[in-house]
Amino acid sequence: MYGPKVKLRIFFILSILITLILSVFLILRSLEENVVYFQSPTEIKSLVEIKNKKIRVGGMVKNNSVSIKSKEVNFIITDFKNEINVTYSGVIPNLFQEDKGVVAEGYLKDRNFFLATKILAKHDENYMPPEVKAALEEK
Amino acid sequence: MASLIGSYSLNFALACSFLIIFFSIKNFDNQNQLDSKIISLTFLQFFLVAVSFLGLVMSFVYSDFSNETVFNHSHTTKPLFYKISGSWGNHEGSLLLWLLVLTLFIFLFLLKSQRQQKKYRILTLLFQQVIIIGFFIFVIKTSNPFTYIFPAPKEGLGLNPILQDPALAIHPPILYLGYVGSSIIFSSALSATTLNYISKEWARHLKQWVLVSWIFLTLGILLGSIWAYYELGWGGFWFWDPVENVSLMPWLALTTLLHCLVVLEKKLILTSWVIILSIATFTLSMCGTFLVRSGILNSVHTFANDPERGLFILIFLFILIFLSIFIFFFFHKFENKNVITFSWLSKETSILINNWFMMYFLSVILIGTVYPIFLEVLSSQKISVGPPFYNKLIIPFLIPFLFAMAIGPKLRWIKSELQNKIYLFLFLIISFLISIFIVKNSNTDFLVNTILVTAAFYLFVTTARDFFNTKIKNLSQNLAHFGFSLLILSILFNNMFSTEVITNLKVGESYQSKNFKINFERIDTKKNQNFEAMIGKFSIDNLDGNIEILKPELRIYNQPNIVTSEADIKTNLLNDKFMTMNLVQNQDYFNIRYQVKPFMIWIWISVLLISFGGLTSLLKKKYEI
Repeated sequence: MYGPKVKLRIFFILSILITLILSVFLILRSLEENVVYFQSPTEIKSLVEIKNKKIRVGGMVKNNSVSIKSKEVNFIITDFKNEINVTYSGVIPNLFQEDKGVVAEGYLKDRNFFLATKILAKHDENYMPPEVKAALEEK
Repeated sequence: MASLIGSYSLNFALACSFLIIFFSIKNFDNQNQLDSKIISLTFLQFFLVAVSFLGLVMSFVYSDFSNETVFNHSHTTKPLFYKISGSWGNHEGSLLLWLLVLTLFIFLFLLKSQRQQKKYRILTLLFQQVIIIGFFIFVIKTSNPFTYIFPAPKEGLGLNPILQDPALAIHPPILYLGYVGSSIIFSSALSATTLNYISKEWARHLKQWVLVSWIFLTLGILLGSIWAYYELGWGGFWFWDPVENVSLMPWLALTTLLHCLVVLEKKLILTSWVIILSIATFTLSMCGTFLVRSGILNSVHTFANDPERGLFILIFLFILIFLSIFIFFFFHKFENKNVITFSWLSKETSILINNWFMMYFLSVILIGTVYPIFLEVLSSQKISVGPPFYNKLIIPFLIPFLFAMAIGPKLRWIKSELQNKIYLFLFLIISFLISIFIVKNSNTDFLVNTILVTAAFYLFVTTARDFFNTKIKNLSQNLAHFGFSLLILSILFNNMFSTEVITNLKVGESYQSKNFKINFERIDTKKNQNFEAMIGKFSIDNLDGNIEILKPELRIYNQPNIVTSEADIKTNLLNDKFMTMNLVQNQDYFNIRYQVKPFMIWIWISVLLISFGGLTSLLKKKYEI
């Protein structure tokens, strides 16, 4: 019916289309799985269920809440409305200080307890993660 | 005074643009040669921008705090070297540097393109002037580096200490040469399309420019990466941070363009690819500038959140994109008159495969970088996309990509046979066996890593073999591909065999692990010109009796008051030993991070090899395959 050249071209176009659709599908699915959401302590308080998924919590490090042991660091993140206890073992960035903004990445144990796997480094003392700024402005 | 001169010459340089456009249009249609006035004016423009830039540097050197840029980013106690580098370490100054490179490149272009047609040269100049004027307006309107403060403050605010570093002082200029070099490619591709000037000679001529910006972009990314490795103290060299991605995307586009040009030069096919990639490279460079400068991405590069700036670049970007899309669709003659056929087993096909892979990698990175921005605008949900996303989407496709890269260059143009290629299969088996042997010793995912290492090793041996081949044909390609295989191998080994210890120690305490013991011996303090340092002394007793002394630092800068950790790194050919230390406020404990990272130095060397490959191609007079 069709010449071999046309057939080849149809095959070519089809294969490109299929690869395109496949790769877009792959990308979107993997985005869904690997995206890390940001939440404030207040948002966490109102969570309906606790998922075992990596999230970020941001806010201020509460004054006099930091205590350090040889294996771990404990502190409290607050957005001045609600608080959450954080346990962390790992690298502590230079500018991790009480009364300064912080973003911790990790897993929720329950609504009051957060197991951090990473504390994000910041670059200068006036810098505040936009997430924290927004969370603070909301209050 | 210096600021005043700088400010005036910047405005005069803008005036030059209009003169250039006027003379160019006058000269465009007549029979004469290229008007020498145009070249002189282009030089004058470059000269004026250079004067303006020097004016800014001088204001920094003499700490003229009546200049707002100097006030915001400098300090009298800062060492001279960082006063100078501070002039481009900020938003305003770095844009002035953009302009300087833009005007320098178009001047060089006019000098270097004497063998090209006059119309093509003038039209390229015109397109380039559109970009230059856009940037002039941007600099003068929204980010003038010569704004006055009255009365002049006594002291400046200082430069962020983590930017006070030799690698980072030269990182922006090198990276910019790469970014801005792509503007010439953009203008040249647009004017060649408009004039229907695309030919094999044009491809050869354009390739020089692609190589120049490709080499600088590669080196610029390398410098940034080295800096992040030792300064940020995270012990890695690539974090898939949006700011890094933004420089990788034009690199991918540029690399693809380079391969397409090789085909265009030989066969006069893939013209649409070349045009689109030329446009894409510059657009991505501009996007990078937009994303980094507008404050949408937060990182060291974000200097100020000024929505006006972001909006300006965005509008400018859209104008350029529409202009280029318009030109592409209305002037480009699609090559359907003579359908060129080539076998599936040929160099052309393998380069085409390479293109598609590169485009896939590019789109993954693009989506990962901009998706969070769009999501936040649309639904105000805040998310971040991290390394797992990129690893998952890129690694599976890296495997066939590496195989294609190993076999592709061995094929011939048009049609190729697989006879006399038995050694390729032999190499495959050898690399597979070696990989099994290597991966067995690590406790990582066996299957994935074996296949990955096999693919990388395969490319490694096939390219390494060509160095010993007496009739070596293409040194530059070989060097670059060999460098790439070395890069992938080093990254893989680095990932598989890195070890890390993170612990909190007091002075005098020690930490015992399976293979070594870390002793925290003491803390010394030292005063310096603009910072105070706490230097820890650690001795590491390895099981084999080897003792290593590491001295990480904690620096407390006076202006601005910032604490930074300086990693101590002991490098040798096999591995890097990396240690950072940090003090938590009001506590006795120091937070210690100790890493052994194999083959770190080979990552840097391989990237140098890749860019060296580009350099040999640039220096070679006659290009052959």
